Amino acid sequence: MPKSPAKVVPTTAAPSRLAVRKTYKLFIGGAFPRSESGRTYLVDGDNVALASRKDARDAVVAARKAQAKWAGATAYNRGQVLYRVAEMVEARRDEFVALGVPAAEVAAAVDRWVWYAGWSDKIAQVHGSANPVAGPFFNISAPEPTGVVGVVAPASFLGLVSVIAPAIVTGNTVVVLAAAPQAAVTLAEILATSDVPGGVVNILTGHAAETAPWLASHDDVNALDLTGVTDPALATDLERPRPAISSGCCARRPANRTSRPTPACTP
Amino acid sequence: MFTYAPAPESRSVVDIAPSYGLFIDGKFVPASGAGGVFKTVNPATEEVLAEVAAAGTEDVDLAVAAARRAFGPWSALPGAERAKYLFRIARIIQERSRELAVLESLDNGKPIKESRDVDLPLVAAHFFYYAGWADKLQYAGFGTTPLGVAAQVIPWNFPLLMLAWKIAPALAAGNTVVLKPAETTPLSALFFAEICQQADLPPGVVNIITGAGETGRTLVEHPDVNKVAFTGSTEVGRQIAQSVAGTGKRLTLELGGKAANIVFDDAPIDQAVEGIVNGIFFNQGHVCCAGSRLLLQESFAEEFLDSLKRRMATLRVGDPLDKNTDVGAINSAAQLERIRSLTQAGSEEGAERWSPPCELPAQGFWFAPTIFTGVTQAHRIAREEIFGPVLSVLTFRTPDEAVEKANNTPYGLSAGIWSDKGSLILAMADKLRAGVIWANTFNKFDPTSPFGGYKESGYGREGGRHGLEAYLA
Repeated sequence: MPKSPAKVVPTTAAPSRLAVRKTYKLFIGGAFPRSESGRTYLVDGDNVALASRKDARDAVVAARKAQAKWAGATAYNRGQVLYRVAEMVEARRDEFVALGVPAAEVAAAVDRWVWYAGWSDKIAQVHGSANPVAGPFFNISAPEPTGVVGVVAPASFLGLVSVIAPAIVTGNTVVVLAAAPQAAVTLAEILATSDVPGGVVNILTGHAAETAPWLASHDDVNALDLTGVTDPALATDLERPRPAISSGCCARRPANRTSRPTPACTP
Repeated sequence: MFTYAPAPESRSVVDIAPSYGLFIDGKFVPASGAGGVFKTVNPATEEVLAEVAAAGTEDVDLAVAAARRAFGPWSALPGAERAKYLFRIARIIQERSRELAVLESLDNGKPIKESRDVDLPLVAAHFFYYAGWADKLQYAGFGTTPLGVAAQVIPWNFPLLMLAWKIAPALAAGNTVVLKPAETTPLSALFFAEICQQADLPPGVVNIITGAGETGRTLVEHPDVNKVAFTGSTEVGRQIAQSVAGTGKRLTLELGGKAANIVFDDAPIDQAVEGIVNGIFFNQGHVCCAGSRLLLQESFAEEFLDSLKRRMATLRVGDPLDKNTDVGAINSAAQLERIRSLTQAGSEEGAERWSPPCELPAQGFWFAPTIFTGVTQAHRIAREEIFGPVLSVLTFRTPDEAVEKANNTPYGLSAGIWSDKGSLILAMADKLRAGVIWANTFNKFDPTSPFGGYKESGYGREGGRHGLEAYLA
């Protein structure tokens, strides 16, 4: 993450005035709690919440709670919500620039929200089908959300948007381990005011290497997106199926490593 | 029966100018004058709303030339940028939807609750939907090359919605358009022109020219047009197909219909009655896919008709701007005349006519909701599109008979099936020759769902992924 030259909010007042600094907290279930562990770490002089495994579990609970309703919303509605996020990011471009995100990258991130907003009511038309089976059956296929997705986000702001938007547009909810905390929390503030229901996106700041294994081994996480994992050994470890818990009857389906869907690469 | 106090929607949200020119190359310009001017009236009161220019040959030339100039840069824009223009337009429509709904009810005569709750939300949704396609054309499977200049002629029954059906996919695919709204309902298209300005849409991408049949003919016959899209009567559609033949212009036609609404005796009666009423009295029956033929299973026909008549007696006919109004004004004197002459033919040919007691306003164009029973397949009211609040009731005994009667029409736009039995619905849907088939509902539209007909109802599909095909090569 490019470091911010100065962590001054663009709307500064007269030089004599002492600036009010922002507290960077987690984003879980639509609220901004501190880490239950009470830990913080220093990023560019800011104390940022350092998420623990318990925070990760709380976030999974919040994501699960929100998932059914979000998936049950109409595709049109989800598209509208994502477009609203684009509008709000556009309005707060300067804030991201002040945090060191290049202006062109912020613009690309806005466009990426718009791109995925448009997919909401098209993904089933492109990837679904009416299957002409040779029998008296009515047979259709339609893509469905997998559920709760654990995401290790890349360091860039555009990367962060590019892992969240495609996961949620189809009705999944996400727990995101963010690499660049200030930009991620600023995005969380946007999500919190863009009609995204609480719990659909949960963002944890801290060390992915510490929290990711807890997401990967969590029984209620349906899929993993490891796009942001830079350590190959950690990636391999996270990808490995967990051993079945106790009695052999219900070996847990290994969390899937999900690559980004094709559309992500296009614009 | 209780009565309703008047609940009129305020018309103060709309500011209609006394006269309008044409919208060419991003500007409102006076017409050359060759086509003259005409008045558009509120069909509920016969009050003149505005004077509108009729585009002559010279004006059509200018509009097509503007669209041609705009085509190069517009089609060269990255899809994502075109998408953002369309999203903007969608947002402005959402923000101005109350104003546009009132305007539409004033100019068209449809009840405000329909323009507010059906037309406008669908218009905005249509632009949102196709905005999303603009940068995803390669996923649609119809190529990614736009055709060029599209000439689009739309009817008066859903003025703004038909405009959205035409303009949104055309622009998403990278075409530019010249659109002619119907002569009795030009105002919402002119307001849309203003929305294009508000959205900073590049000049010439959308051009709106007003006028009657002659203007439309000049437009579709213009040699520099690559694509013709028409929604309207089968008669005019046929003339257009004739004139387009051999020119290489691409053509889609969305024409008339005489839909069968088939009710089996296991259908829940009250829900089916609601659906039948919605199917034929929605928008005064000015709907090409209206369920204008009711096919009732004989075993429960009488019981069903009693319920239907009881429900019809509660329909409120009157002021389109009243929020409680169910059935508004007939769009024009000419259309009222057509409905009258066809219903008279129904009586003369021996069908039994019934309307609920219903007081109609003295001014304006009105027609009471009407049903005909004892209709045979030979009657004109069972064969010809009335395009008004008139339902022809026939009966059947077996599913096969229902299919045969439903398909016994030159049209094939839509059909409805009412039954509790899923397998029967699917089997029927398989055999009905109609482009859109509703089961246990009727007149439900969505931008993601393609719409269009078989046979004399035209060809091509509008809406959905399929709707892009008409604008891509």
